[in-house]
Amino acid sequence: MSQIFILADFAGDKCTKTTAELATAASRNSSVTAIVLAAPGAGPTLAATIKHGPITNVLVVESADFATHGVAAAADVIAQILAQKSPSAILIASHAYGKEVAGRVAVATDSGIITDAVDVAADLTATQLVFGGSTTVHSKVSKGVAIITVRPNSIEADLSDSSPAVENLSLTISDAAKLATTTSSTPPVKGGRPELTEAQIVVSGGRGTNGDFAAVEGFADSLGAAVGASRAATDAGWYPHSHQVGQTGKTVSPQLYVACGISGAIQHRAGMQTSKTIAVVNKDPEAPIFDLADFGVVGDLFAVLPQATQGVTAQKS
Amino acid sequence: MKIAVCVKQVPDSWAEKKMVNGLLDREGVDAVLNDLDEYAVEEALRIVEAHGGNEEGGANSVTIISMGPERATEAIRKALSMGANDAILVSDAALAGSDVLATSKVLAEVIKNGGFDLVICGTESTDARMSVVPAMLAQRLGWAQLTFASIVSVDPAANTVSITRTTEAGVDAINAKLPAVVSVVEKINEPRYPSFKGIMAAKKKTIDSRDLASVGVSAESAWSLVADSAPRPPRAAGVKVTDEGNGGNDLVKFLAEKKFI
Repeated sequence: MSQIFILADFAGDKCTKTTAELATAASRNSSVTAIVLAAPGAGPTLAATIKHGPITNVLVVESADFATHGVAAAADVIAQILAQKSPSAILIASHAYGKEVAGRVAVATDSGIITDAVDVAADLTATQLVFGGSTTVHSKVSKGVAIITVRPNSIEADLSDSSPAVENLSLTISDAAKLATTTSSTPPVKGGRPELTEAQIVVSGGRGTNGDFAAVEGFADSLGAAVGASRAATDAGWYPHSHQVGQTGKTVSPQLYVACGISGAIQHRAGMQTSKTIAVVNKDPEAPIFDLADFGVVGDLFAVLPQATQGVTAQKS
Repeated sequence: MKIAVCVKQVPDSWAEKKMVNGLLDREGVDAVLNDLDEYAVEEALRIVEAHGGNEEGGANSVTIISMGPERATEAIRKALSMGANDAILVSDAALAGSDVLATSKVLAEVIKNGGFDLVICGTESTDARMSVVPAMLAQRLGWAQLTFASIVSVDPAANTVSITRTTEAGVDAINAKLPAVVSVVEKINEPRYPSFKGIMAAKKKTIDSRDLASVGVSAESAWSLVADSAPRPPRAAGVKVTDEGNGGNDLVKFLAEKKFI
């Protein structure tokens, strides 16, 4: 049985569900080892949160450099591990940090890289949805260790209990990985809402909100959803750029996407059309977004959303 | 200060894209300068303007670097018309179908031999959307990586660059000695529109066209291969209701049926 490594994904000091998703994808024909990159002394705490998913081993590397030298230090260590242990592949979460680490590891180990996979088969063929989800592509790394980043929320995670064997590894990070220094770090401001790219439900507002996101936010909160926005809304300064869904913003693939007052230009569709279920509220019956909708309401979002919010709240109580 | 800005010509982001023989069909669509690269060009111009400008023959310059077919000169002219000094385009039939490892190798080789202090990129191209070239360039060059910058400041006297990195993981302050590779996010600035004067001047600016041999890189175009690709079937038509006072309740009913509530 071959072995595949994954880079364990953490939010603060807890391992995320993405870690189990990576493990699930990796476990189809291989044993799975999770790499944990930790601050000095933090290794055991982080490793102890890896309790779910088909993971047989955990490799812990502790270094203060992961915080101060970021992506470069992580990639340096991972490249060393891959050279030592020769797995057939490494799977990493497809977010900004994960993709950059993967890119540097690919260069360092002269290996092929595939990003934003939504599935990985037992033979390491990766499935990607490209061009805004309009096209399915199957591809395979043809040289070196297969370095594949996997989009959070794409793979149904095997969340069965696991108690992997933990091993500590002592590695020296090269000076070339210490050229940029992080002097301060502020975690993202956590509203009560889930992270956009990891949310099960996303409610987004566009031009039709006219700058008033209260109805969109209210409906999102009733569903426990993240809030997104179209480029028109973020360009107008109505909502922060970090919430933009679309070609030049974030790509989301939640179980449910509710587009409110969004016409559905390609620019926006590119970021959301792989959502499992799509609901639409729009005044314009001709809006192209209705072509994607499993359920569409032609109507004013300022009337429809408050009523729906009330309905959801009533059903939940 | 010599700044290189890496740009890519991409299909217009409003165009429908399709795959032909495992590669993006670039022939049948309008091609433009990658949206997100305009922020990199703008930031480079702002940096040189803050430190004495980029008049010909002066200490500062902004050079556009691209890899692509000959046709990519159109996208490069746009960057030049914004105010960049000159450009280098690497074009070679052997590079058709290049993946990100080949691209980063070629760009890194051009940068290494160009005497640059700073490389600025956009965060991603709107066609491939991998978002890895800046990190890979830093790794190949052995230069500092300062990516996803929402603020960049350069101190030529101290030979340093500092950025504010803004990602979903939070906000970091990062600094490094030059040379360095920086990528900028789209909220960093508002790219200028080329002026008429800029457009006329761009026509006279030099685009240095190079093939693989003159760059000094051997042809190796891909470390990964596409097995197959297919358009996804369109979504089945859904239910559409018109709100006559009950639209919100209809929506709730649908969500309940689908077990979202």
